[in-house]
Amino acid sequence: MTVLAARGIRKSYGGREVVAGIDLDLARGECYGLLGPNGAGKTTTLRMLLGLVRPDAGEISLLGFPVPKAAREGRMRVGVVPQVDNLDPDFTVRENLVVYGRYFGLREREVAARIPALLDFAALQARAGSRIQELSGGMKRRLVLARALVNDPELIFMDEPTTGLDPQARHQMWEKLRVLLRQGRTILLTTHFMDEAERLCDRLKVIDHGRSLAEGSPAALIAEHIEPEVVEVYGEGVAEWLEAEGRALAVRAELHGETAFCYLRDAGPAVASLRNRPELRFMHRRANLEDVFLKLTGREMRE
Amino acid sequence: MTELSGAWVAVWRRNFLVWRKLAGESITGNIIEPLLYLLGFGFGFGAMLPEVDGVRYIAYLAGGTICYSTMLAASFEALYSGFSRMHVQRTWEGILNAPVSLEDVVFAEWIWAASKSFLSGIAVLLVAIALGLGQSWTMLLIVPLAFLVGLTFSGLGLIMTALAKSYDFFMYWFSLVLTPMMLFSGVFYPLANMPPWLQATANALPLAHSIALGRPLLLGRWPQAPLVHIAVLAAYAIAGYWIALVLLRRRLTT
Repeated sequence: MTVLAARGIRKSYGGREVVAGIDLDLARGECYGLLGPNGAGKTTTLRMLLGLVRPDAGEISLLGFPVPKAAREGRMRVGVVPQVDNLDPDFTVRENLVVYGRYFGLREREVAARIPALLDFAALQARAGSRIQELSGGMKRRLVLARALVNDPELIFMDEPTTGLDPQARHQMWEKLRVLLRQGRTILLTTHFMDEAERLCDRLKVIDHGRSLAEGSPAALIAEHIEPEVVEVYGEGVAEWLEAEGRALAVRAELHGETAFCYLRDAGPAVASLRNRPELRFMHRRANLEDVFLKLTGREMRE
Repeated sequence: MTELSGAWVAVWRRNFLVWRKLAGESITGNIIEPLLYLLGFGFGFGAMLPEVDGVRYIAYLAGGTICYSTMLAASFEALYSGFSRMHVQRTWEGILNAPVSLEDVVFAEWIWAASKSFLSGIAVLLVAIALGLGQSWTMLLIVPLAFLVGLTFSGLGLIMTALAKSYDFFMYWFSLVLTPMMLFSGVFYPLANMPPWLQATANALPLAHSIALGRPLLLGRWPQAPLVHIAVLAAYAIAGYWIALVLLRRRLTT
Protein backbone atom coordinates (compact mmCIF):
# COMPACT_ATOMS: atom_id res chain seq x y z
CA MET A 1 0.00 0.00 0.00
CA THR A 2 1.27 3.46 -0.88
CA VAL A 3 1.79 5.76 2.09
CA LEU A 4 3.18 8.68 0.16
CA ALA A 5 3.01 9.30 -3.58
CA ALA A 6 4.23 12.15 -5.75
CA ARG A 7 3.90 12.59 -9.50
CA GLY A 8 5.97 15.05 -11.49
CA ILE A 9 6.38 17.66 -8.74
CA ARG A 10 8.16 20.84 -9.75
CA LYS A 11 9.25 24.05 -8.08
CA SER A 12 11.12 27.08 -9.41
CA TYR A 13 12.62 29.99 -7.54
CA GLY A 14 13.38 33.11 -9.54
CA GLY A 15 13.43 31.23 -12.84
CA ARG A 16 15.72 28.48 -11.52
CA GLU A 17 14.08 25.07 -11.36
CA VAL A 18 14.99 23.60 -7.96
CA VAL A 19 12.79 20.52 -8.30
CA ALA A 20 12.28 19.49 -11.92
CA GLY A 21 9.78 16.65 -12.00
CA ILE A 22 10.20 14.13 -9.19
CA ASP A 23 8.13 10.96 -8.73
CA LEU A 24 8.00 9.06 -5.46
CA ASP A 25 6.16 6.04 -4.06
CA LEU A 26 6.67 4.91 -0.50
CA ALA A 27 5.27 1.53 0.53
CA ARG A 28 4.07 0.99 4.09
CA GLY A 29 6.83 -0.05 6.45
CA GLU A 30 9.81 0.75 4.28
CA CYS A 31 12.71 3.09 4.88
CA TYR A 32 13.17 5.21 1.79
CA GLY A 33 16.19 7.42 1.30
CA LEU A 34 16.41 10.63 -0.66
CA LEU A 35 20.06 11.31 -1.45
CA GLY A 36 21.66 14.23 -3.22
CA PRO A 37 24.40 16.83 -2.83
CA ASN A 38 23.70 20.20 -1.20
CA GLY A 39 21.24 22.15 -3.31
CA ALA A 40 19.98 19.05 -5.13
CA GLY A 41 16.39 19.85 -4.12
CA LYS A 42 15.95 17.45 -1.18
CA THR A 43 14.66 19.91 1.39
CA THR A 44 12.34 21.66 -1.10
CA THR A 45 10.97 18.23 -2.06
CA LEU A 46 10.31 17.36 1.59
CA ARG A 47 8.61 20.72 2.18
CA MET A 48 6.35 20.18 -0.82
CA LEU A 49 5.48 16.65 0.31
CA LEU A 50 4.44 18.03 3.71
CA GLY A 51 2.36 20.77 2.12
CA LEU A 52 4.56 23.58 3.47
CA VAL A 53 5.52 24.82 0.00
CA ARG A 54 3.11 24.89 -2.90
CA PRO A 55 4.44 22.99 -5.93
CA ASP A 56 4.30 24.70 -9.33
CA ALA A 57 3.10 21.42 -10.89
CA GLY A 58 2.48 17.80 -9.99
CA GLU A 59 0.36 15.77 -7.61
CA ILE A 60 1.02 14.62 -4.07
CA SER A 61 -0.88 12.20 -1.86
CA LEU A 62 0.14 12.10 1.81
CA LEU A 63 -1.44 9.17 3.66
CA GLY A 64 -4.27 9.35 1.14
CA PHE A 65 -4.83 13.11 1.47
CA PRO A 66 -4.23 15.42 -1.48
CA VAL A 67 -1.46 17.95 -0.78
CA PRO A 68 -1.39 20.89 -0.37
CA LYS A 69 -5.23 20.99 -0.30
CA ALA A 70 -5.65 18.63 2.67
CA ALA A 71 -2.06 18.73 3.93
CA ARG A 72 -3.23 19.49 7.45
CA GLU A 73 -5.22 16.23 7.62
CA GLY A 74 -2.24 14.34 6.22
CA ARG A 75 0.15 15.85 8.77
CA MET A 76 -2.05 14.62 11.64
CA ARG A 77 -0.39 11.20 11.25
CA VAL A 78 3.07 12.35 10.20
CA GLY A 79 6.11 13.00 12.38
CA VAL A 80 8.95 15.28 11.30
CA VAL A 81 12.56 15.28 12.50
CA PRO A 82 13.96 18.55 11.10
CA GLN A 83 17.52 19.12 10.00
CA VAL A 84 18.15 21.76 12.67
CA ASP A 85 16.99 21.20 16.25
CA ASN A 86 14.13 23.58 16.91
CA LEU A 87 13.22 22.51 20.42
CA ASP A 88 11.77 25.20 22.66
CA PRO A 89 14.73 26.43 24.72
CA ASP A 90 12.48 27.96 27.38
CA PHE A 91 10.84 24.64 28.19
CA THR A 92 11.84 21.45 29.94
CA VAL A 93 12.01 18.13 28.11
CA ARG A 94 8.56 17.22 29.33
CA GLU A 95 7.04 20.61 28.43
CA ASN A 96 8.44 20.33 24.93
CA LEU A 97 6.46 17.13 24.46
CA VAL A 98 3.24 18.44 26.04
CA VAL A 99 3.27 21.69 24.08
CA TYR A 100 4.03 19.91 20.81
CA GLY A 101 1.20 17.44 21.45
CA ARG A 102 -1.24 20.37 21.66
CA TYR A 103 -0.47 21.27 18.05
CA PHE A 104 -2.06 17.93 17.14
CA GLY A 105 -5.08 18.69 19.27
CA LEU A 106 -3.94 16.23 21.95
CA ARG A 107 -5.10 16.92 25.47
CA GLU A 108 -2.60 17.21 28.28
CA ARG A 109 -3.86 13.94 29.76
CA GLU A 110 -3.41 12.04 26.48
CA VAL A 111 0.12 13.34 26.06
CA ALA A 112 0.89 12.69 29.72
CA ALA A 113 -0.07 9.04 29.20
CA ARG A 114 2.39 8.77 26.29
CA ILE A 115 5.28 10.65 27.84
CA PRO A 116 6.82 7.78 29.85
CA ALA A 117 7.04 5.61 26.73
CA LEU A 118 8.44 8.50 24.66
CA LEU A 119 11.07 9.33 27.27
CA ASP A 120 11.91 5.66 27.58
CA PHE A 121 12.34 5.39 23.80
CA ALA A 122 14.56 8.46 23.77
CA ALA A 123 16.50 7.22 26.84
CA LEU A 124 15.65 10.49 28.61
CA GLN A 125 13.66 9.11 31.57
CA ALA A 126 15.90 10.87 34.08
CA ARG A 127 15.75 14.13 32.12
CA ALA A 128 12.03 14.94 32.08
CA GLY A 129 12.57 18.11 34.11
CA SER A 130 15.81 19.22 32.45
CA ARG A 131 16.09 22.41 30.45
CA ILE A 132 17.07 22.03 26.81
CA GLN A 133 20.39 23.86 27.32
CA GLU A 134 21.44 21.13 29.76
CA LEU A 135 21.15 18.37 27.13
CA SER A 136 23.97 17.04 24.95
CA GLY A 137 23.68 17.11 21.16
CA GLY A 138 22.70 13.45 21.07
CA MET A 139 20.05 13.94 23.76
CA LYS A 140 18.54 16.88 21.89
CA ARG A 141 18.40 14.81 18.72
CA ARG A 142 16.65 11.98 20.58
CA LEU A 143 14.19 14.44 22.08
CA VAL A 144 13.43 15.83 18.62
CA LEU A 145 12.76 12.25 17.56
CA ALA A 146 10.52 11.63 20.59
CA ARG A 147 8.67 14.86 19.83
CA ALA A 148 8.05 13.64 16.27
CA LEU A 149 6.40 10.53 17.77
CA VAL A 150 4.03 12.39 20.08
CA ASN A 151 1.12 11.88 17.66
CA ASP A 152 1.95 8.18 17.04
CA PRO A 153 2.71 8.83 13.33
CA GLU A 154 2.44 6.28 10.53
CA LEU A 155 5.00 8.09 8.45
CA ILE A 156 8.13 9.89 9.70
CA PHE A 157 10.12 12.46 7.71
CA MET A 158 13.75 12.69 8.76
CA ASP A 159 15.90 15.44 7.31
CA GLU A 160 19.53 14.51 7.98
CA PRO A 161 18.82 13.00 11.39
CA THR A 162 22.42 12.28 12.37
CA THR A 163 24.30 15.30 11.01
CA GLY A 164 26.56 16.69 13.72
CA LEU A 165 26.40 13.63 15.99
CA ASP A 166 29.39 11.67 17.25
CA PRO A 167 29.71 7.98 16.25
CA GLN A 168 28.17 6.73 19.49
CA ALA A 169 25.15 8.97 19.10
CA ARG A 170 24.78 8.06 15.40
CA HIS A 171 24.72 4.36 16.15
CA GLN A 172 22.20 4.92 18.90
CA MET A 173 20.02 6.94 16.51
CA TRP A 174 20.17 4.18 13.89
CA GLU A 175 19.06 1.69 16.53
CA LYS A 176 16.04 3.90 17.29
CA LEU A 177 15.13 4.08 13.62
CA ARG A 178 15.26 0.30 13.32
CA VAL A 179 12.86 0.00 16.26
CA LEU A 180 10.45 2.40 14.53
CA LEU A 181 10.63 0.35 11.32
CA ARG A 182 9.96 -2.85 13.29
CA GLN A 183 6.85 -1.17 14.68
CA GLY A 184 5.62 -0.93 11.08
CA ARG A 185 6.17 2.80 10.60
CA THR A 186 7.35 4.19 7.27
CA ILE A 187 10.40 6.47 7.14
CA LEU A 188 11.45 8.98 4.50
CA LEU A 189 15.07 9.90 5.16
CA THR A 190 17.42 12.42 3.63
CA THR A 191 21.10 12.14 4.39
CA HIS A 192 24.59 13.03 3.21
CA PHE A 193 26.01 9.89 4.81
CA MET A 194 26.13 7.07 2.32
CA ASP A 195 26.94 4.51 4.99
CA GLU A 196 23.80 5.60 6.83
CA ALA A 197 21.67 5.20 3.71
CA GLU A 198 23.27 1.83 2.92
CA ARG A 199 22.58 0.57 6.43
CA LEU A 200 19.03 1.79 6.89
CA CYS A 201 17.28 2.21 3.56
CA ASP A 202 15.29 -0.49 1.81
CA ARG A 203 15.17 1.70 -1.28
CA LEU A 204 16.59 5.02 -2.19
CA LYS A 205 16.59 7.64 -4.86
CA VAL A 206 19.56 9.74 -5.89
CA ILE A 207 18.61 13.22 -7.06
CA ASP A 208 20.61 16.13 -8.39
CA HIS A 209 19.60 19.45 -9.95
CA GLY A 210 16.03 18.61 -8.99
CA ARG A 211 15.93 15.44 -11.10
CA SER A 212 15.94 11.77 -10.21
CA LEU A 213 19.14 10.05 -11.35
CA ALA A 214 18.60 6.52 -10.04
CA GLU A 215 16.33 4.52 -7.77
CA GLY A 216 16.59 1.08 -6.18
CA SER A 217 17.90 -0.86 -3.20
CA PRO A 218 21.45 0.02 -2.13
CA ALA A 219 22.77 -3.37 -3.28
CA ALA A 220 20.99 -3.12 -6.64
CA LEU A 221 22.31 0.40 -7.25
CA ILE A 222 25.86 -0.68 -6.47
CA ALA A 223 25.56 -3.74 -8.75
CA GLU A 224 24.03 -1.67 -11.52
CA HIS A 225 26.36 1.33 -11.51
CA ILE A 226 29.73 0.28 -10.12
CA GLU A 227 32.25 -2.52 -10.54
CA PRO A 228 32.35 -4.68 -7.38
CA GLU A 229 35.86 -3.72 -6.18
CA VAL A 230 37.68 -0.45 -5.68
CA VAL A 231 41.36 0.30 -5.16
CA GLU A 232 42.28 3.80 -4.00
CA VAL A 233 45.92 4.76 -4.50
CA TYR A 234 47.74 7.73 -2.93
CA GLY A 235 51.30 9.01 -2.87
CA GLU A 236 54.02 10.53 -4.99
CA GLY A 237 54.07 9.01 -8.47
CA VAL A 238 50.45 7.92 -8.45
CA ALA A 239 49.75 9.57 -11.83
CA GLU A 240 52.73 7.85 -13.38
CA TRP A 241 51.67 4.43 -11.99
CA LEU A 242 48.11 4.96 -13.20
CA GLU A 243 49.20 5.63 -16.77
CA ALA A 244 51.89 2.91 -16.82
CA GLU A 245 49.91 0.09 -15.20
CA GLY A 246 46.75 1.03 -13.32
CA ARG A 247 44.52 2.08 -16.17
CA ALA A 248 45.11 -1.18 -18.03
CA LEU A 249 44.26 -3.29 -14.98
CA ALA A 250 41.03 -1.46 -14.08
CA VAL A 251 37.67 -1.37 -15.83
CA ARG A 252 37.52 2.36 -15.03
CA ALA A 253 40.05 4.66 -13.39
CA GLU A 254 39.98 8.30 -12.35
CA LEU A 255 42.63 10.62 -10.97
CA HIS A 256 41.49 13.32 -8.57
CA GLY A 257 44.28 15.44 -7.15
CA GLU A 258 46.75 13.02 -5.57
CA THR A 259 44.38 10.05 -5.49
CA ALA A 260 43.63 7.43 -8.13
CA PHE A 261 40.34 5.54 -7.97
CA CYS A 262 40.38 2.22 -9.80
CA TYR A 263 37.12 0.35 -10.27
CA LEU A 264 37.63 -3.33 -11.00
CA ARG A 265 35.95 -6.70 -11.33
CA ASP A 266 38.97 -8.43 -9.79
CA ALA A 267 41.48 -6.36 -7.87
CA GLY A 268 44.16 -9.13 -7.71
CA PRO A 269 46.48 -7.92 -10.49
CA ALA A 270 46.26 -4.26 -9.44
CA VAL A 271 47.07 -5.15 -5.82
CA ALA A 272 50.00 -7.29 -6.98
CA SER A 273 51.30 -4.37 -9.07
CA LEU A 274 50.99 -1.97 -6.13
CA ARG A 275 52.92 -4.31 -3.79
CA ASN A 276 55.95 -3.61 -6.04
CA ARG A 277 55.56 0.15 -5.54
CA PRO A 278 56.32 0.76 -1.85
CA GLU A 279 56.20 4.56 -2.38
CA LEU A 280 52.44 4.28 -3.04
CA ARG A 281 49.85 3.67 -0.33
CA PHE A 282 46.63 1.97 -1.35
CA MET A 283 43.33 0.75 0.01
CA HIS A 284 41.44 -2.17 -1.46
CA ARG A 285 37.72 -2.29 -0.62
CA ARG A 286 34.31 -3.33 -1.87
CA ALA A 287 32.36 -0.83 -3.92
CA ASN A 288 29.84 1.09 -1.84
CA LEU A 289 27.00 3.53 -2.20
CA GLU A 290 29.35 6.50 -2.01
CA ASP A 291 31.00 5.34 -5.24
CA VAL A 292 27.59 5.21 -6.89
CA PHE A 293 26.70 8.64 -5.54
CA LEU A 294 29.92 10.23 -6.74
CA LYS A 295 29.63 8.58 -10.14
CA LEU A 296 26.08 9.87 -10.57
CA THR A 297 26.49 13.36 -9.12
CA GLY A 298 30.14 14.10 -9.91
CA ARG A 299 32.95 15.21 -7.66
CA GLU A 300 32.77 18.98 -7.95
CA MET A 301 32.19 20.87 -4.72
CA ARG A 302 28.66 22.14 -4.11
CA GLU A 303 28.14 25.35 -2.22
CA MET B 1 -9.04 31.79 1.32
CA THR B 2 -8.58 31.36 5.02
CA GLU B 3 -6.69 28.50 6.61
CA LEU B 4 -7.37 29.59 10.14
CA SER B 5 -8.31 26.83 12.58
CA GLY B 6 -8.60 26.33 16.31
CA ALA B 7 -4.96 25.24 16.32
CA TRP B 8 -3.98 28.89 16.84
CA VAL B 9 -5.00 28.50 20.50
CA ALA B 10 -2.25 25.90 21.01
CA VAL B 11 0.30 28.35 19.61
CA TRP B 12 -1.00 31.16 21.83
CA ARG B 13 -0.77 28.84 24.84
CA ARG B 14 2.84 28.03 23.96
CA ASN B 15 3.74 31.71 24.14
CA PHE B 16 1.72 32.15 27.30
CA LEU B 17 3.59 29.28 28.98
CA VAL B 18 6.93 30.93 28.15
CA TRP B 19 5.64 34.24 29.47
CA ARG B 20 4.46 32.62 32.70
CA LYS B 21 7.98 31.35 33.33
CA LEU B 22 9.44 34.80 32.80
CA ALA B 23 6.48 36.82 34.08
CA GLY B 24 8.43 38.53 36.85
CA GLU B 25 11.04 40.02 34.52
CA SER B 26 8.44 40.82 31.89
CA ILE B 27 6.00 42.65 34.15
CA THR B 28 8.78 44.51 35.93
CA GLY B 29 10.15 45.74 32.61
CA ASN B 30 6.72 46.70 31.37
CA ILE B 31 5.71 48.61 34.49
CA ILE B 32 8.86 50.16 35.88
CA GLU B 33 9.77 52.25 32.86
CA PRO B 34 6.36 53.86 32.29
CA LEU B 35 6.04 54.31 36.04
CA LEU B 36 9.34 56.20 36.21
CA TYR B 37 8.28 58.46 33.35
CA LEU B 38 4.92 59.01 34.96
CA LEU B 39 6.38 59.91 38.34
CA GLY B 40 9.38 61.83 37.02
CA PHE B 41 7.56 63.97 34.49
CA GLY B 42 4.33 63.99 36.44
CA PHE B 43 5.80 65.42 39.61
CA GLY B 44 8.80 67.19 38.06
CA PHE B 45 6.96 69.09 35.35
CA GLY B 46 3.74 69.01 37.27
CA ALA B 47 5.25 71.19 39.98
CA MET B 48 6.03 73.91 37.43
CA LEU B 49 2.81 73.74 35.50
CA PRO B 50 -0.62 75.00 36.24
CA GLU B 51 -3.35 72.56 35.37
CA VAL B 52 -3.28 71.03 31.90
CA ASP B 53 -6.63 70.52 30.24
CA GLY B 54 -8.30 71.19 33.57
CA VAL B 55 -6.45 68.53 35.60
CA ARG B 56 -3.13 68.08 37.41
CA TYR B 57 -0.31 67.33 34.97
CA ILE B 58 0.29 63.82 36.35
CA ALA B 59 -3.37 62.94 35.81
CA TYR B 60 -3.14 64.35 32.28
CA LEU B 61 -0.02 62.29 31.62
CA ALA B 62 -1.40 58.99 32.98
CA GLY B 63 -3.89 58.32 30.15
CA GLY B 64 -1.20 58.84 27.50
CA THR B 65 1.25 56.69 29.44
CA ILE B 66 -1.14 53.75 29.50
CA CYS B 67 -1.52 54.01 25.70
CA TYR B 68 2.12 54.36 24.78
CA SER B 69 3.31 51.67 27.15
CA THR B 70 0.75 49.32 25.59
CA MET B 71 2.04 50.35 22.17
CA LEU B 72 5.65 49.66 23.14
CA ALA B 73 4.89 46.31 24.78
CA ALA B 74 2.95 45.08 21.71
CA SER B 75 5.73 46.30 19.41
CA PHE B 76 8.56 44.66 21.35
CA GLU B 77 6.69 41.36 21.42
CA ALA B 78 5.67 41.36 17.75
CA LEU B 79 9.09 42.50 16.54
CA TYR B 80 11.85 41.11 18.73
CA SER B 81 10.13 38.10 20.27
CA GLY B 82 8.18 37.31 17.10
CA PHE B 83 11.32 37.46 14.96
CA SER B 84 13.11 35.30 17.47
CA ARG B 85 10.39 32.64 17.24
CA MET B 86 10.14 32.88 13.46
CA HIS B 87 13.79 33.12 12.48
CA VAL B 88 16.29 32.67 15.28
CA GLN B 89 14.82 29.82 17.32
CA ARG B 90 12.91 28.36 14.37
CA THR B 91 9.95 27.76 16.65
CA TRP B 92 7.48 28.39 13.82
CA GLU B 93 9.22 25.83 11.64
CA GLY B 94 8.65 23.18 14.30
CA ILE B 95 5.02 24.19 14.74
CA LEU B 96 4.31 24.23 11.00
CA ASN B 97 5.41 20.59 10.70
CA ALA B 98 2.39 19.74 12.86
CA PRO B 99 -1.15 20.16 11.50
CA VAL B 100 -1.02 23.91 12.05
CA SER B 101 -1.22 26.41 9.17
CA LEU B 102 0.92 29.51 8.79
CA GLU B 103 -2.24 31.55 9.25
CA ASP B 104 -2.85 29.84 12.61
CA VAL B 105 0.67 30.79 13.69
CA VAL B 106 0.47 34.41 12.52
CA PHE B 107 -2.99 34.88 14.02
CA ALA B 108 -1.75 33.44 17.32
CA GLU B 109 1.24 35.80 17.29
CA TRP B 110 -1.05 38.74 16.60
CA ILE B 111 -3.40 37.89 19.45
CA TRP B 112 -0.52 36.95 21.73
CA ALA B 113 1.41 40.22 21.37
CA ALA B 114 -1.86 42.07 21.96
CA SER B 115 -2.55 39.94 25.04
CA LYS B 116 0.86 40.60 26.50
CA SER B 117 0.67 44.34 25.87
CA PHE B 118 -2.85 44.31 27.30
CA LEU B 119 -1.38 43.05 30.57
CA SER B 120 1.14 45.90 30.50
CA GLY B 121 -1.52 48.46 29.83
CA ILE B 122 -3.65 47.11 32.66
CA ALA B 123 -0.65 47.13 34.99
CA VAL B 124 -0.06 50.83 34.28
CA LEU B 125 -3.78 51.49 34.70
CA LEU B 126 -3.64 49.87 38.14
CA VAL B 127 -0.67 52.05 39.05
CA ALA B 128 -2.60 55.12 37.92
CA ILE B 129 -5.57 54.02 40.01
CA ALA B 130 -3.29 53.39 42.99
CA LEU B 131 -1.96 56.95 42.61
CA GLY B 132 -5.54 58.17 42.75
CA LEU B 133 -5.52 59.35 39.13
CA GLY B 134 -8.58 57.40 37.96
CA GLN B 135 -11.63 59.62 38.20
CA SER B 136 -14.66 57.47 37.43
CA TRP B 137 -16.06 54.14 36.28
CA THR B 138 -15.27 55.12 32.68
CA MET B 139 -11.67 54.11 33.36
CA LEU B 140 -12.86 50.49 33.25
CA LEU B 141 -13.38 50.96 29.50
CA ILE B 142 -9.60 51.26 29.24
CA VAL B 143 -9.51 47.48 29.71
CA PRO B 144 -10.98 46.66 26.26
CA LEU B 145 -9.22 49.71 24.81
CA ALA B 146 -5.83 48.35 25.88
CA PHE B 147 -6.52 45.14 23.99
CA LEU B 148 -7.52 47.05 20.86
CA VAL B 149 -4.40 49.21 21.06
CA GLY B 150 -2.40 46.00 21.48
CA LEU B 151 -3.95 44.49 18.35
CA THR B 152 -3.19 47.66 16.40
CA PHE B 153 0.51 47.78 17.19
CA SER B 154 0.95 44.02 17.17
CA GLY B 155 -0.51 43.86 13.64
CA LEU B 156 1.69 46.72 12.42
CA GLY B 157 4.72 45.24 14.17
CA LEU B 158 4.25 41.88 12.45
CA ILE B 159 4.69 43.65 9.09
CA MET B 160 8.17 44.69 10.23
CA THR B 161 8.89 41.18 11.44
CA ALA B 162 7.82 39.79 8.05
CA LEU B 163 10.29 42.13 6.33
CA ALA B 164 13.21 41.82 8.75
CA LYS B 165 16.51 40.16 7.91
CA SER B 166 17.90 40.73 11.41
CA TYR B 167 17.05 42.45 14.69
CA ASP B 168 18.87 45.61 13.54
CA PHE B 169 16.09 46.33 11.06
CA PHE B 170 13.72 47.07 13.94
CA MET B 171 15.66 50.20 14.84
CA TYR B 172 13.98 51.89 11.86
CA TRP B 173 10.54 51.14 13.23
CA PHE B 174 11.41 52.33 16.72
CA SER B 175 13.42 55.41 15.71
CA LEU B 176 11.46 56.57 12.70
CA VAL B 177 7.91 55.58 13.65
CA LEU B 178 7.26 54.72 17.28
CA THR B 179 9.45 57.30 19.03
CA PRO B 180 8.20 60.24 16.90
CA MET B 181 4.67 58.99 17.37
CA MET B 182 5.20 58.90 21.12
CA LEU B 183 6.59 62.45 21.17
CA PHE B 184 4.06 64.05 18.84
CA SER B 185 0.75 62.29 19.51
CA GLY B 186 -0.13 64.09 22.72
CA VAL B 187 1.28 61.76 25.35
CA PHE B 188 3.22 64.49 27.17
CA TYR B 189 1.54 67.70 25.99
CA PRO B 190 -1.69 68.58 24.22
CA LEU B 191 -1.67 67.87 20.51
CA ALA B 192 -3.31 71.27 20.02
CA ASN B 193 0.03 72.96 20.93
CA MET B 194 1.67 71.46 17.83
CA PRO B 195 1.87 73.13 14.41
CA PRO B 196 -1.08 72.17 12.17
CA TRP B 197 0.93 69.90 9.83
CA LEU B 198 2.21 67.93 12.81
CA GLN B 199 -1.30 67.64 14.21
CA ALA B 200 -2.54 66.36 10.87
CA THR B 201 0.26 63.81 10.71
CA ALA B 202 -0.37 62.65 14.27
CA ASN B 203 -4.08 62.32 13.58
CA ALA B 204 -3.35 60.03 10.66
CA LEU B 205 -1.45 57.67 12.98
CA PRO B 206 -2.94 55.30 15.55
CA LEU B 207 -1.37 56.48 18.83
CA ALA B 208 -3.21 59.83 18.81
CA HIS B 209 -6.51 57.95 18.43
CA SER B 210 -5.61 55.64 21.32
CA ILE B 211 -4.96 58.67 23.53
CA ALA B 212 -8.09 60.44 22.35
CA LEU B 213 -9.97 57.52 23.89
CA GLY B 214 -7.75 56.58 26.84
CA ARG B 215 -7.16 59.98 28.42
CA PRO B 216 -10.80 61.11 28.77
CA LEU B 217 -11.83 57.65 29.95
CA LEU B 218 -9.28 57.80 32.78
CA LEU B 219 -10.35 61.33 33.71
CA GLY B 220 -14.04 60.43 33.82
CA ARG B 221 -14.98 62.23 30.61
CA TRP B 222 -16.64 60.83 27.54
CA PRO B 223 -14.36 60.84 24.46
CA GLN B 224 -15.35 62.92 21.44
CA ALA B 225 -16.34 60.86 18.40
CA PRO B 226 -15.34 57.55 20.01
CA LEU B 227 -16.49 55.45 17.06
CA VAL B 228 -14.14 57.27 14.70
CA HIS B 229 -11.16 56.54 16.95
CA ILE B 230 -12.19 52.92 17.42
CA ALA B 231 -12.63 52.53 13.65
CA VAL B 232 -9.18 53.97 12.93
CA LEU B 233 -7.51 51.66 15.46
CA ALA B 234 -9.42 48.62 14.17
CA ALA B 235 -8.56 49.49 10.57
CA TYR B 236 -4.84 49.73 11.40
CA ALA B 237 -5.06 46.48 13.37
CA ILE B 238 -6.76 44.46 10.65
CA ALA B 239 -4.76 45.97 7.78
CA GLY B 240 -1.54 45.31 9.72
CA TYR B 241 -2.42 41.69 10.38
CA TRP B 242 -3.55 41.10 6.82
CA ILE B 243 -0.47 42.67 5.19
CA ALA B 244 1.79 40.78 7.59
CA LEU B 245 0.06 37.51 6.69
CA VAL B 246 0.48 38.12 2.96
CA LEU B 247 4.16 39.02 3.42
CA LEU B 248 4.83 36.05 5.68
CA ARG B 249 3.14 33.67 3.23
CA ARG B 250 5.43 35.02 0.55
CA ARG B 251 8.47 34.75 2.80
CA LEU B 252 7.85 31.29 4.21
CA THR B 253 5.70 29.20 1.85
CA THR B 254 6.70 30.04 -1.69
